[in-house]
Amino acid sequence: MGVITGSPVLTTTVEQFERLVNWARKNSVWPFQFGLACCAIEMMASAAARFDLARFGAEMMRASPRQSDLMIVAGRVSQKMAPVLKHLYDQMLEPKWVISMGDCASCGGVYNNYAILQGVDKIVPVDVYVAGCPPTPDNLLYGFTLLQEKILRDHPLHPVIQGKKTNHNEETRNRAKEPTTR
Amino acid sequence: MSTPMETVTAPLWGWVLLTVVKSLAVLIALLTAFAYMTWLERRLIARFQIRLGPNRVGPFGLLQPLADGIKLFFKEDFMPEEADKPLFLLAPAISMIAAFTAFAVIPFGPTDITLWGVPLFQIANPDTGILFVLAATSLGVYGIILGGWASTSKYPLLGALRSSAQLISYELAVGLAIVGVIVLSGTLKLPEIVEQQAGLWNLFVLPLGFLLLVVGATAEVNRAPFDLPESEQELTAGYHTEYGGMKFAAFFVAEYVNLVTAASVITTLFLGGWRGPFVDQIPLLGLFWFFVKVFAFVFFFIWLRATLPRVRYDQLMDLGWKLLIPLAFVNLFVASLIAL
Repeated sequence: MGVITGSPVLTTTVEQFERLVNWARKNSVWPFQFGLACCAIEMMASAAARFDLARFGAEMMRASPRQSDLMIVAGRVSQKMAPVLKHLYDQMLEPKWVISMGDCASCGGVYNNYAILQGVDKIVPVDVYVAGCPPTPDNLLYGFTLLQEKILRDHPLHPVIQGKKTNHNEETRNRAKEPTTR
Repeated sequence: MSTPMETVTAPLWGWVLLTVVKSLAVLIALLTAFAYMTWLERRLIARFQIRLGPNRVGPFGLLQPLADGIKLFFKEDFMPEEADKPLFLLAPAISMIAAFTAFAVIPFGPTDITLWGVPLFQIANPDTGILFVLAATSLGVYGIILGGWASTSKYPLLGALRSSAQLISYELAVGLAIVGVIVLSGTLKLPEIVEQQAGLWNLFVLPLGFLLLVVGATAEVNRAPFDLPESEQELTAGYHTEYGGMKFAAFFVAEYVNLVTAASVITTLFLGGWRGPFVDQIPLLGLFWFFVKVFAFVFFFIWLRATLPRVRYDQLMDLGWKLLIPLAFVNLFVASLIAL
């Protein structure tokens, strides 16, 4: 892992530690209980029998944003819902991830009009895009495993060692200044 | 303080040391039990719903609680801007401490196994016994209501109000059901209540009281079908909506430890505590029987959660005040008749 601390022993320790934290975070991603449209039905299906998101330890759908790690944006985001979604994302505690589920959430999909946000990545940073209209539970599960791989590549100690804070909110605030309608 | 001092032959330091060691052992056992109850609950509920449940982390998903714990530990430490800060921090601590304290008087093994005259399988044996359990579990309400109040947010406050209303209502029924047992055995000390059940468990003497205690205890530990304080549809996450990371975990610990305590109290009062086959020959078997009985109850509570839908709030209050309390009086009457 690319942490430079000067001392090989310390680097190894840091690596081991980061691996442990990443392992825990990867295996305990609690999604936010939050659905916007038809994709939410597929999201529920992926938590139910036959697909069973619980195998990865991710069936603990938390009702409070404070307790959840993953926001699955399941469905179209209307202009009216966008501030609410942004608010809920801001209320989640770091580290947090976002899966944009389905075409509508990813780019507006068939709703190419003034009422629908053309992609949720205009207001929150998206980690994984899952394509489909709606994506099947298999697709969502594949997206979820991709997210797990992404979490494993993370460096939880970087902000501590390099003395700078990762600030997703800052990043998204800048992004949100972009025009949201085409 | 705890045992009659004439039987204790230990020097003061020995007695203190033994108490500390016992407390630590129980604390560690309860925390481990908590961790693996979350795993067990997730696995069992998955099985009830024809799913597999967490099975990717370690063999059978056994490392799942560890992963959850580490994740929660390294989550952002958060405090709402307008929260009442000292109370916000204090609330989960009170919940957790009250939950652990209640277990202190439960005899989890034969109390005649002693070292220096100090019983090894019970932390303390005050004369007030069962009253201590009631007092300590009631203290947990403060954690919940302070948590809801200190968050300065509407959902936690409503959840906390609901939770405390529920706890106080069911406390009555539970208390009256327990009074039946006290009348029957004529003592408040838990080891003596256990001893008196050597021939016949209280379950067969007072089946109604047993039923009342099981229903009341389910409501008191906020388990399904009485988990209204955290009903997601109405109250987001109830009193711990604003809590994340380890503070939230503390509330969770309290909930599960309360469940274990409730199961232990029911076991002690109605199922003969640590008594079971061959305990008189091999006293250490008592630990095993106690564990088996408590585990059976934990399984029962999880089963209940997978089976029953949540009741409505007015139904909950109706059940508590209009059905359980009158029945508890009937139970008390029957117990008095038997005791005569």
